[in-house]
Amino acid sequence: MEQTWRQAKAAFAAVAIPPVAWLLLFFLIPMAVIWAYSFGENTGPVTIDLTGTFANYMRALEPLYLGIFGKSLVVAGVTTLLCLIVGFPVALAIAFASPRTKAWLLLLIMLPFWTNLLIRTYALIAVLRENGYVNFTLEWFWNNASGLMTMVGLQPLGDFTPATLLYNNFAVVLGLVYVHLPFMVLPLYSALDRMDRSVMEASLDLGAGHWRTMLLVVVPLAAPGIASGILITFIPALGAYLTPDLLGGTDSQMIANVIERQFKKANDWPFGAALSFLLMYLTFFAIAAQAMVQKRAERRG
Amino acid sequence: MAKGKFLRGASRRSILQQFGAAAVGISFAGGLAACNRQGGGRTVNFYNWDTYIGPTTLADFEAATGAAVEMSLFANNDELFARLRAGNPGFDVIVPSNEFVTRMSQAQMIVPLDRARIPNFANLLAEFQDAAFDPGRQYSMPYTWLTLGIAYRKDKMRGGAVPNSWRYIFDSPQYSGRIALLSESADLMRLCAKYKGHSVNNIPETLLSEIEQMLIRQKPHIKAFHEDDGQDLLASGEVDIVLEYNGDIAQLMAAEGGDAFDFVVPQEGTLINSDCLCIPTGAPNPDDAHAFINYLLDAEAGQKITEEIQYPTPNAAVRDRMPDSYKNNPVIFPPADVMAKSEYGAFEGDERSRLYEEIFTRINAA
Repeated sequence: MEQTWRQAKAAFAAVAIPPVAWLLLFFLIPMAVIWAYSFGENTGPVTIDLTGTFANYMRALEPLYLGIFGKSLVVAGVTTLLCLIVGFPVALAIAFASPRTKAWLLLLIMLPFWTNLLIRTYALIAVLRENGYVNFTLEWFWNNASGLMTMVGLQPLGDFTPATLLYNNFAVVLGLVYVHLPFMVLPLYSALDRMDRSVMEASLDLGAGHWRTMLLVVVPLAAPGIASGILITFIPALGAYLTPDLLGGTDSQMIANVIERQFKKANDWPFGAALSFLLMYLTFFAIAAQAMVQKRAERRG
Repeated sequence: MAKGKFLRGASRRSILQQFGAAAVGISFAGGLAACNRQGGGRTVNFYNWDTYIGPTTLADFEAATGAAVEMSLFANNDELFARLRAGNPGFDVIVPSNEFVTRMSQAQMIVPLDRARIPNFANLLAEFQDAAFDPGRQYSMPYTWLTLGIAYRKDKMRGGAVPNSWRYIFDSPQYSGRIALLSESADLMRLCAKYKGHSVNNIPETLLSEIEQMLIRQKPHIKAFHEDDGQDLLASGEVDIVLEYNGDIAQLMAAEGGDAFDFVVPQEGTLINSDCLCIPTGAPNPDDAHAFINYLLDAEAGQKITEEIQYPTPNAAVRDRMPDSYKNNPVIFPPADVMAKSEYGAFEGDERSRLYEEIFTRINAA
């Protein structure tokens, strides 16, 4: 007979106390401290009085900062959408690959995780900059095309001007997609892999084309996977800090960059804490939305 | 120029900054890196910039005094400050810049030095024996100084002109899309004030909003606000003209292919910084900390450091021992007439840094 935890309190406690203590000590208490700071006032370079003021939140809700929040939401949203568009076919291909290939493909997806984010970002800089590999390749094609045109008696193309691929919003989104793609592919893969294949076969047998089967059968069945993929891509993308810092131009600042500057250069922890918690509330909102999608999918299933 | 004798590799403000920036959260964790090996002999925990010491300095000090030096690195003053904010995690000697000497002394994060134990103070140039940011040199000993200026790729300057005004990077479309500025709000505000003919300190509100408008106007022409890696952007051909520290550019110019670049301090004058040796409050080993500071100000030890890092030295005894290629290098020691117009940025309170930061956020968001 199965034991409930009430009957094995000691065993349950032994298992549960370490993670609960860990969560309390290293997550909830520090978070509570930062949360308390968000209602504080600076009284000196290193002193904060917890006065219960809402001034930090009022300031965080000024149009300037709301605009940056909005911009971060857009960037994270575009990133997530691109990850979904790129990641879905990849996840589908992995799910339908032979077991041997599947292992290799999954390894390829996870390989970047084994490299430090900073190093990957610097590698991307080496690829995208004006004297980078993309521009070298473009230049090679350009010069060959130019040579070809002279050969057939046309005017040559003129000098190659390198494309500006770095230090703009394009580079930020590209970098974010590059970094977050595995977060999208893995949950999609696990949802697609678990799916009952006979449903798809039935759909195809009963006359639906591949597109209709995909849109009306596969996508709805994979909805919980899509929702969790969107969530775990969107949340870190929303808080992205390093990528806009290194790849962005003069108008690529995201909210995490502003938060970082409050904690460091501005030495304004209360305001930084208020901005952080607004970001966190946005995250909670996203998680609640995902839970709703999940619940609806379960009810349907 | 004594090529090859210059520092190789990264600058003091380099890739470490990014790692450090990512680690602001764990600065709570305190003294992990600075765990002092008590019981195992005397130790000085030295918290320094990257590539900012001689190759044998630490070992030489241990040989001379018997105290070992454990060096940890920080990437910028903000990281140093954040690390010590909640209390000293065990450092004995730190190297904040001038403004932060004032800020940390006001916050009682550093202690007054015992001049009697630093006889090598006499080696310092007279103008460095006192400082406005630390009256009477109560809390700090100067280690190096440095200036901001314009670094550029020579063959990309129109008509071979020297960009000897801040106008070229702050207020002109001439090098549109080829400009990178330092991502330091206070430095930007102060240099723009200098360009407008004002001092770098006590900038009035009206001038600040004028500066904000000017930088927003200039923004489409600026390619990036860089994290103190301007020399890399310049070297890789990403930009042609960049706001940077003289030391970083002296290193770039000394490297292979460095002839393509040059550095100028604009005629309006610039900001001078000075990195200083201080003892943080609660240092476990203040005796050896004093001995170590004294040792760093020694003529021979200082010479070895300066030969390696190639920063301007405030130390007369060291300067006398250096070759002409160092003493007469106009990048390391900019001409006297522009230096006369240059100033130190004073610490004007936290409210001021917050204001500068908010203006910079607005410029970024505009």
